[in-house]
Amino acid sequence: MARKSTTQSKIVWTVIAWVVALVIFFPILYAVITSFKTEPEAIDGFSLIPSGTFENYITVQTQRDYFKPFTNSVILSIGSTILALIFAIPAAWAMAFAPTRRTKDILMWMLSTKMMPAVAVLLPIYILFRNFGLLDTRIGLTIMLTLINLPIVVWMLYTYFREIPGEILEAARMDGANLWKEIVYVLTPMAVPGIASTLLLNIILAWNEAFWTIQLSTTNAAPLTAFIASFSSPQGLFWAKLSAASTMAIAPILILGWFSQKQLVRGLTFGAVK
Amino acid sequence: MTLKTVLLGACSALAFAGMASAETLTIATVNNGDMVRMQSLTSEFTKANPDIQVEWVTLEENVLRERVTTDIAAGGGQYDIVTIGNYEVPIWAKQKWLLPLEGLGDKYDMDDLLPAIRGGLSMDGKLYAAPFYGESAMIMYRKDLFEKAGLTMPEKPTWEFIADAARKTTDRKADISGMCLRGKAGWGENMAFVSALNNSFGGRWFDEQWKPQFDQPEWKAALQFYADLMKDAGPSGASSNGFNENLTLFQQGKCGMWIDATVAASFVSNPKDSKVADQVGYAMFPNKEGIDNHGKWLWSWNLAVPASSKKAESAQKFISWATSKEYTALVASKEGWANVPPGTRTSLYKNEEYTKAAPFAAPTLAAMDAADITKPTVKPVPYTGGQFVAIPEFQALGTTVGQLFSAVIAGQSTVDDALAAAQATATRDMTRAGYIK
Repeated sequence: MARKSTTQSKIVWTVIAWVVALVIFFPILYAVITSFKTEPEAIDGFSLIPSGTFENYITVQTQRDYFKPFTNSVILSIGSTILALIFAIPAAWAMAFAPTRRTKDILMWMLSTKMMPAVAVLLPIYILFRNFGLLDTRIGLTIMLTLINLPIVVWMLYTYFREIPGEILEAARMDGANLWKEIVYVLTPMAVPGIASTLLLNIILAWNEAFWTIQLSTTNAAPLTAFIASFSSPQGLFWAKLSAASTMAIAPILILGWFSQKQLVRGLTFGAVK
Repeated sequence: MTLKTVLLGACSALAFAGMASAETLTIATVNNGDMVRMQSLTSEFTKANPDIQVEWVTLEENVLRERVTTDIAAGGGQYDIVTIGNYEVPIWAKQKWLLPLEGLGDKYDMDDLLPAIRGGLSMDGKLYAAPFYGESAMIMYRKDLFEKAGLTMPEKPTWEFIADAARKTTDRKADISGMCLRGKAGWGENMAFVSALNNSFGGRWFDEQWKPQFDQPEWKAALQFYADLMKDAGPSGASSNGFNENLTLFQQGKCGMWIDATVAASFVSNPKDSKVADQVGYAMFPNKEGIDNHGKWLWSWNLAVPASSKKAESAQKFISWATSKEYTALVASKEGWANVPPGTRTSLYKNEEYTKAAPFAAPTLAAMDAADITKPTVKPVPYTGGQFVAIPEFQALGTTVGQLFSAVIAGQSTVDDALAAAQATATRDMTRAGYIK
């Protein structure tokens, strides 16, 4: 009886998981389907069967250069992730293994910066970028993406580091390891799953960031988010072309996510089950 | 050091100097067909002006406004030319955000620009933006459906005739709606149409003291008329239809009439995209019986030089090229006369090749000539603008009111409730902004 109910509940949970996954994935799937429709088909109500045209991909390729924004997206997402990890690993170490009375407050304060609407600080940041000559530069956008994702990176790493027993680090110290060696040879290898999932998540967040990347770039540093936005049209049909551009923009990150899903899931559930 | 080395060095230095002097213009634009065409023809300009390079930034319309506004306000100097509407031009010119276009050259025939368009882009006698293409609004209708219903479209129909014809040509079984109109909320979407409708009903947004007029009978009559017409003869889901959605409906033969921007005429009459291309007739934007106002809808996409640009001279050279008669001829030679950017120059409408290729040329010109946006309403007003009010606050206010009116079309609100809410919102916003003392 107990066995039967376990099997039944397993089936129910599996079905629920599939439904939730499909609901989450459906907009992406529909964008891909729409990219193979003609413009009138795309706007003419709901349909899962496209006419199978490649016209939109050809138009998108002809009208705009894909590779420049693609290269920018790769550089910005990887660059900002590496930079964020360089700052976040020592910060998370300090908070996890040498906490003070104010650590929790600092963590909350860091997270609170994410709660502010980005547009509220647009003008001051724009002026700073102008003064430092960072407008429309990859360096400027890399710094910006690092800063906006840093709180999440620190939080994630802090959570992972907390799962590592402090005794191991103490043992390393007993063996004469200094702080640098402790972080590089003991802590980092033990937290690799956590660091890897943080890295992947940060790449995804940086790849998809649209507000700042569009606001602070024009031609040289504009990534794929700007590429997608350029296909929206106030007078003329554009849904199919926009879907083709979106598909081309999300394909690389989707493939990366697909291949690294094991690592991602392992990292995200790290420490959840003992 | 030999003479040869010296000469080679000098040549290299000269080459570098030449490269360094080539200026790159950054142009912000929207993704409309005419702009895309301009981008593809840019090589013709750079060929004739090898010292100027051009880079394009294409953005969604609202993002473009945000980006350009931020850049100009912060003096970022990221753009040398911006594509803006005739709503922004007077506001931005007043703020000194735009440079007057005084370097368009002697060959640029300024007097050829349509007076209505030129007037909307000028301040103190100076042109602050050059029109790239312009439009008014008119009726596009199905001649075959009218014939079947025994109707003849007058050249200048009244709303009374249009409402009757819309109901007569509606055939729900055949999925044909007698009238397709904008219902999607937005200052540039449903409010463009509703503001023009209100003008043609004798109404106005504000009185001379900037007091909102939604509590006046003209607004009530106009909104009630719009709501009833959409209920009886509009397509399903009309509250979410904008320009693009109605364009598709019309092209697929699902509308008896569509009242919208004149630029749509070239799309609905193009047999490549439209199933009803050979059946389209055109007529003037209607007026209410006894009221001499045909909506006064006037829009143009224009090229302007932001005050923060450091390459104003080259920028004006490009603008002069892109908005010239020569550019029109270039497009005609490459893509045919029907595809030239319309609505900016008188000479285009005198060109027989154009009027032959574009059957909508005459009604378009008539609509544009009738749209004097300096006197948009029957009663006096303190503002200019036909389907919009040319004040900075209108974008936000227009969109809020647009949401209220869209809810009426969706059946979620009544005409009276929407007007009362619009009056309250507009009064509050205008008081806060200091218009109402």
